[in-house]
Amino acid sequence: MAKLRFQHLERHSPASWVIIGLQTVLLALGLGAALYMEERGHAVSGMSNQIVWGLPHVFAVFLIVAASGALNVASMSSVFNRTIYKPYARLSGILAIALLIGGLAVLVLDLGRPGRIFVAMTTYNFKSIFAWNIYLYSGFILIVSAYLFAMMDREASQSAGLGKTMGWIAFAWRLILTTGTGSIFGFLVAREAYDSALLAPLFIAASFLYGLAFMVLVLGATSRDAGRDLLSDDVAQSFRGLLSIFALAVLYFTIVHHLTKLYASGHLGVELFLLRDGGVYPLLFWIGQIVGGTLLPLGLLAPARDIASARRVLPFASALFLIGGLVQFYVIIIGGQAYPLKLFPGFEASSSFLDGAVAHYQPSLPELLLGLGGISLAMLLTTLALRLMPFLPQLRPAEE
Amino acid sequence: MSAGSQGMQPLADRRAMLRAAGGFLATLLAPGVTLYAFGAQSEPAGGQASGKVRWGLLIDVGRCAPGCDLCVAACRDENGWHESDRPEIDAQWIRKVKLHDLRTGADREVPVMCQHCDKPACVDVCPTGASFKRADGIVLVDKHICIGCRFCMMACPYKARSFVHEPLRDQKPWAPRGKGTVEGCTLCVHRLDSARLPACVEACAEKGGGAMLFGDLNDPNSDIAKAVAKHASTRIRSDLGLGPAVHYQNL
Amino acid sequence: MRRPATIAVISALIVVAAAAAAMRSFAGNTPVPHPPKGQGEHCVAETEFMRKNHMKMLLHHRKEAVRLGVRSEQYDLNRCVTCHAVAGPDARPVSFESPQHFCRSCHIYAAVSIDCFECHASRPDPRSRTAAMQPGNEEVAAIDQYLREIRP
Repeated sequence: MAKLRFQHLERHSPASWVIIGLQTVLLALGLGAALYMEERGHAVSGMSNQIVWGLPHVFAVFLIVAASGALNVASMSSVFNRTIYKPYARLSGILAIALLIGGLAVLVLDLGRPGRIFVAMTTYNFKSIFAWNIYLYSGFILIVSAYLFAMMDREASQSAGLGKTMGWIAFAWRLILTTGTGSIFGFLVAREAYDSALLAPLFIAASFLYGLAFMVLVLGATSRDAGRDLLSDDVAQSFRGLLSIFALAVLYFTIVHHLTKLYASGHLGVELFLLRDGGVYPLLFWIGQIVGGTLLPLGLLAPARDIASARRVLPFASALFLIGGLVQFYVIIIGGQAYPLKLFPGFEASSSFLDGAVAHYQPSLPELLLGLGGISLAMLLTTLALRLMPFLPQLRPAEE
Repeated sequence: MSAGSQGMQPLADRRAMLRAAGGFLATLLAPGVTLYAFGAQSEPAGGQASGKVRWGLLIDVGRCAPGCDLCVAACRDENGWHESDRPEIDAQWIRKVKLHDLRTGADREVPVMCQHCDKPACVDVCPTGASFKRADGIVLVDKHICIGCRFCMMACPYKARSFVHEPLRDQKPWAPRGKGTVEGCTLCVHRLDSARLPACVEACAEKGGGAMLFGDLNDPNSDIAKAVAKHASTRIRSDLGLGPAVHYQNL
Repeated sequence: MRRPATIAVISALIVVAAAAAAMRSFAGNTPVPHPPKGQGEHCVAETEFMRKNHMKMLLHHRKEAVRLGVRSEQYDLNRCVTCHAVAGPDARPVSFESPQHFCRSCHIYAAVSIDCFECHASRPDPRSRTAAMQPGNEEVAAIDQYLREIRP
């Protein structure tokens, strides 16, 4: 097999410089917003005692789920021996790390007391899935770094066994991590919208989809900078197929989750709220997630059987999938909290603490800036890494 | 003073004890003076929380008058949280939930606070262990290590916890609370540790309907244990298997 | 600039700065904190011991109080706050916001920020039992005198 070659990102197109500038500004604004929320307290955000986790958590969960999925391309090449993906394995690894750091940054900066992150890293309650997630996230960064080392170091990469072992470890770790992220919600018996074993596999399917969508967009942007298409024909074709399958998997788990809850008469209230009566949530679910985030991009991908049209629609479909992903997590996280807890079944409840009432949530500017700051951080870290080390594939003229 | 038989018994014991403390309690100054005069060393009051005890509440909803919020006002006064013009971010450690029966049209009111569960969901999910159950069954937040992640608020089936959304000033010295941490009903642990009743129970017994009975659920001779054994009582969302310590009668 | 020249300039700057700092402290110009004396005799431990170990003691006793329910008058934080209260210009105790607050005066010097008083009250509660230990309280002094007489 011909030796694979890799390259640094040497230059940026003017459009890329504009994007880098924008991301730097957003990152600064995001950090400022976090500081503002910490100084003034969460009263300046839209979060309340009813909607406890807001827009920052939507972005954070989205980035973390996408991070573990971004590693998939590398896993396919190492674990499943799909050699066509080998040129993209390094980019896959570094993108995974960058996205995770972006997501973690948003999560930590939204804490009520972010300065106590050192307490969180040294004092653990091991029954808490959150505590496990702290280990899983930091371990992910270490393991994927070791995986990249095994791929990139001159001596280490000679050993096929080492690469495969690290590939397996990273693959298993990322599955456990995403299961853990889904279980943050799945383990909560208190809330009717959660409390489901299906949330973990739903998050796994979502990770495959959003991770790959990020890969496609990053490859598209860096191809523009590198001056030549970094996505080879057969990989582009394959990505089209994979994105479609992953999107269908997410749709499947979403449908089964809602159908199961609808079947239980006790849960009819929350399901009708999310799917029909809840105002913004059904709107976002049907139009944002199902139509815009699933059916429309699938409709774009399905007829694009030849190479040229596949290349053309891939970035659009990926962008639509990602927007659909944000919407999906918004409906899950915020919609799930908006529906009131049912303490007294058979009674209509009301109180000064807003029992029995649907909670209203208005995302605030600091929250939005923090979330966008996280995405910007991930993208800036990726760009920086691509400039510093040879993560990008260098395709031979015949392969393009 | 109310004549409710449930509230009187433990209250009578407490009152006897307080009366025995004599003129020292006529002014608040005297106990401090005693310490000052006899030297400032003192033994830890009563040792530590015991695992043999399990504090609980029995609330007779039948005696809970609609429109009465003495328990809420007492808790506010004792612990320093208060209403503001933004009810959605205000802390509420106890609230009166107004219930309207959808079938019969009947209305009643129920005080709801942290249920101090035996297997608390909030304790399970707290990443740092700040949410913990004390040996005597009281579920508390150790605000020294709370990082403000609000996962316990997501997990609590009773919406018992509040998050402090703003910087606070002039907290009560016996009830520290601060921005960025989570808080909830402490069963007035600072009062319990000096052998007094929770503020809500005391207020309801003295000025309200005497609906709240407080005591040790593990002690078969305590009034609450006897009442729970004798009369039917329910617990909110008991199907979740968390083992709340707050029982409700006539719900 | 040439390499050796750059190194020489930077080294000279470091030496001058260090010398200035050293000279200042030798001359006794380094500001040291003068925390106001608390009331009465020390009731927990010797001053030097407290200076070195108060953080460890605070951590230990807070764990005992919060997690185990062990409360004692001696180690009660509110009692520390009461005895170490500093009167402000209006003769009322200052809160942690003022640099004159007992804890603040040293902590500003040491540049160690503490968050205790984000939750804990930094002023004594005027109605609390331990406020009885404020000096100048005549009723308290009279009762104290009486008690000393009847119980020598």
